[in-house]
Amino acid sequence: MAGIVRQRVFKDTYRDSVELMRIATDLEHLPGVTRAGVVMATPANRDLLAGAGLLLPDAAETWPADLIVAVAAESDEAGAAAMERAAAALAGPARPTGEERRAAPMTTLHDAMAETPGANLALVSAPGAYATAEALKALKRGLHVFLFSDNVPLADEIALKELAERKDLLVMGPDCGTAILDGVPLGFANAVRRGRIGLIGASGTGLQEVSCLIDRLGEGVSQVIGVGGRDLDDRVGGRMTLAALRRLAADEGTAVIVVISKPPGAAAAERVMAAVRQCPKPVVVNFLGWTGEAGGPRTFEDAALDAVAMARGVARTALALEMPDPPPPPPAEPRFAPGQTEIRGLYCGGSLAAEAALVLGHTLGDAGAGRAAIVDLGDDRYTTGRLHPMIDPRLRNQHIVEAARDPRVAVILLDVVLGYNAHPNPARALIPALDDARQAAAAAGRDLVVVASVCGTPDDLQDFQRQHTMLAGRRVWLAPSNARAARLAASALGGAAPSSVDPRGASRPPGEGRAGGAR
Amino acid sequence: MTGDPARGPSTLLTGGVRAVNIGLAGFAEPIRTHGGACAQVEWRPPAEGDRALGLLLARLEDDPDDPFGAQVARANAEAVRRIVEGRPVAVDVRTAVEAIPGMGARTLLHAGPPITWERMCGPMRGAAIGAMLLEGWAATPAEAEALADRGAVEFAPCHEHATVGPMAGIVSPSMPVIVVENQAFGNRAFSNLNEGIGKMLRYGAYDEAVLERLRWFAATLGPALGRTLRASPVDLRDLTARALQMGDECHNRNVAGTSILIRTIAPALVRAAPDDAAAALEFMRGNDHFYLNFSMAACKATLDAAHGIDGSTVVTAMARNGVEFGIRVGGTGGAWFTAPAGVPDGLYFPGYGAQDANPDIGDSAITETCGIGGFAMAAAPAIVRFIGGTPADAIAYTRAMYRITLTRSQAYGIPSLGFAGTPTAIDVRRVVESGVVPIIDTGIAHRLPGMGQIGAGITAAPYGCFTAALRALGRRLGLEEAA
Repeated sequence: MAGIVRQRVFKDTYRDSVELMRIATDLEHLPGVTRAGVVMATPANRDLLAGAGLLLPDAAETWPADLIVAVAAESDEAGAAAMERAAAALAGPARPTGEERRAAPMTTLHDAMAETPGANLALVSAPGAYATAEALKALKRGLHVFLFSDNVPLADEIALKELAERKDLLVMGPDCGTAILDGVPLGFANAVRRGRIGLIGASGTGLQEVSCLIDRLGEGVSQVIGVGGRDLDDRVGGRMTLAALRRLAADEGTAVIVVISKPPGAAAAERVMAAVRQCPKPVVVNFLGWTGEAGGPRTFEDAALDAVAMARGVARTALALEMPDPPPPPPAEPRFAPGQTEIRGLYCGGSLAAEAALVLGHTLGDAGAGRAAIVDLGDDRYTTGRLHPMIDPRLRNQHIVEAARDPRVAVILLDVVLGYNAHPNPARALIPALDDARQAAAAAGRDLVVVASVCGTPDDLQDFQRQHTMLAGRRVWLAPSNARAARLAASALGGAAPSSVDPRGASRPPGEGRAGGAR
Repeated sequence: MTGDPARGPSTLLTGGVRAVNIGLAGFAEPIRTHGGACAQVEWRPPAEGDRALGLLLARLEDDPDDPFGAQVARANAEAVRRIVEGRPVAVDVRTAVEAIPGMGARTLLHAGPPITWERMCGPMRGAAIGAMLLEGWAATPAEAEALADRGAVEFAPCHEHATVGPMAGIVSPSMPVIVVENQAFGNRAFSNLNEGIGKMLRYGAYDEAVLERLRWFAATLGPALGRTLRASPVDLRDLTARALQMGDECHNRNVAGTSILIRTIAPALVRAAPDDAAAALEFMRGNDHFYLNFSMAACKATLDAAHGIDGSTVVTAMARNGVEFGIRVGGTGGAWFTAPAGVPDGLYFPGYGAQDANPDIGDSAITETCGIGGFAMAAAPAIVRFIGGTPADAIAYTRAMYRITLTRSQAYGIPSLGFAGTPTAIDVRRVVESGVVPIIDTGIAHRLPGMGQIGAGITAAPYGCFTAALRALGRRLGLEEAA
């Protein structure tokens, strides 16, 4: 049998002879390898190789500190494979091995990267003062960044997003509460089924609301990409909204795109709208504060309905947003005392609070000025040194009881946010406060209406239906979306409120035509 | 316009979500239950909570798309290449004044960062006095002190003359020094000859026995070794690699290294100095640390080749003078970054305790800087006896050092870690970020001159040296620290 001999010299490479014999044995077990020698180039070892017919002339230039690998093989391929195997064995393991292996604590991104081959994403929720550095390090290592931290300076946000653009990466944040990437929920996301609608949002609870409504309308999401509440500030310029739009435009699994934002800057909004016009896919745009075709504010529900209608190719009127069974009891006619003229909105979700304020402003009209006060309890000035009210209900519970004691308050408007990382049973956590509130109002001879919507899906861990049942059991008026809850609150107040609001949600309020914003 | 059906699966991230979670631990679980990978970082504010320094650190991270990050990455890659390719060979033993560039007739080299005579600790003052007596500059200790008080002796750090000395590290002009040539890059480094354990000059002793031994070094041992090595150079990288596989870490345990050295040079020594070979071999046999100074000079020769690369964050020297601990970094030129030296944690010989110990002293931390010594403790589990540890602790020490180094040695494998190379090339950024500081095996000197070694143990480089170095690197690169 004709064979070949291959040889390679590793200059100045010392290995213990036992280790070298082990490597040689390993090489001899390779297919097509007939004989292998791996030795330090001492005269004695060179003689051994020569005797085995494994010493080639190019080993003449060695000295005893060199290491010689030599194989006799049936083919060039087998010889080359053996050389590769030998080189890898001599290079040693990529990481230390051995029985005494102990997990070292991973205290830095650097440590974690070493343990996570193929890492592609960093979640950063370190305190804001340190978040920029962590996000910067992650970007430099080629990771997308989900930046949950708040209190990140605007200049830092701009710098991070500029770098991300150069590297074709996403910075989701800062102050980004939610995302669902490739079906994997990040932060405060809901259990939303996968589908063909891609969401981009400079608004955390806005994304949660839209994604949940899409799920409950029977569709699903391809991606949910949060970009941070300031992305459409003119100084940030919508950089990540545009980057996300490009990605979803190219994404095979996305058929319809939704872009939502807190009230945007004019220039940033125009940049985004220009990109939307160029986008080959239908895009539903919903900027809070922008007016729909019918003159009313565009709501998150509008965005969800438009997107689902487009995805299915049906008219929006064919869609119905149902309340879960059992249905909530019909609202009783409230008997407010004189002077009870106000709505107090106590919110966990900042975007939901903003949406409620817009809807109430529009619904109550000029006559309603000053009659609705919406408090965002997730705002920085309430969360400093405290957990977010989505996790810790205590602060909002205090506000609920205080509102009930206020003789001007007739209606309390709430959001109940479900999903990963949120409170495990937010309705249950509200009950003591609701009971105290009723008692306080009754003691003062006042009636009190509480209106709420639950932002969630039937698959959320908190049991969507049970949350409704518990709230209905405490005579809470329930609406299937936050926008409808706001209108329901207005109707409870009477007077300026529209009369045709149906809390079952099967029909839409009049005066709301097909909303624009979609191309 | 209505949407088409989706044309395929929606994919944003190739390979699925593979995340690193810095902060709220709760975020990891939903990722994992949905099929993603998530590594949880037990995050703490880097740089001990100094926000501006943490940001500077981030800006100095490798990044091909950023001028600073690109320069640092390039510089470190070059530094790593030079360390990995270094090939230290012991080629000679000659007197310091002949061999060491810049060594004047009235120069005394000392260990650690620069220090004046007035501030020197007891052992270093004692060693300096002994050297002045040895050189004949003074007839009595009092005369020697007066000489130094007058400023008639020029003190300089060994490190600034390509030299390293254990403990006090005092090298005087007539002392024989090992000459190590880095044959990959052509530079040379030097170290004195090891005297053995006990009352020795390097611990500040200068009685007649000490001086007699040093005279024998100069008259007999040094010249004999010089002739030997000139005839038969010794590849120290190879020797150290072997010693690591025999239970040495080549800093505080040198039994194997010394044995291999003796075996390697014995025939040439007998040929080169037939009349003195027996005495020389006898002396080396009686001193288990004889190889230490060879190991140190080899490390110094290797690291000096990696010094002076603009932008490099690789530590090229760690050294202590008994008062301060200092480091030098590849990209910051001749600057030393210092902090007060601590007292090592260790075991004391009978009758001594921490109250007797001198703060950390000696250039021998050059071994750790080069990836052996404490960094290779997993190869020398016997060392952890000094702190009452177990072999598992030794492995844990070495593992921790992988977190602050840029590469693994290709020459030095650790059997208990599957022959993984030792952690090599300390990165200032990694130290500052993680708070993990280099560990160092060390002997412990009595704080009074001449009492000798009173124990051995483990010490750590002070964190402050590394933060100062990082700031200096930032300034040199023109990066302003954020307010």
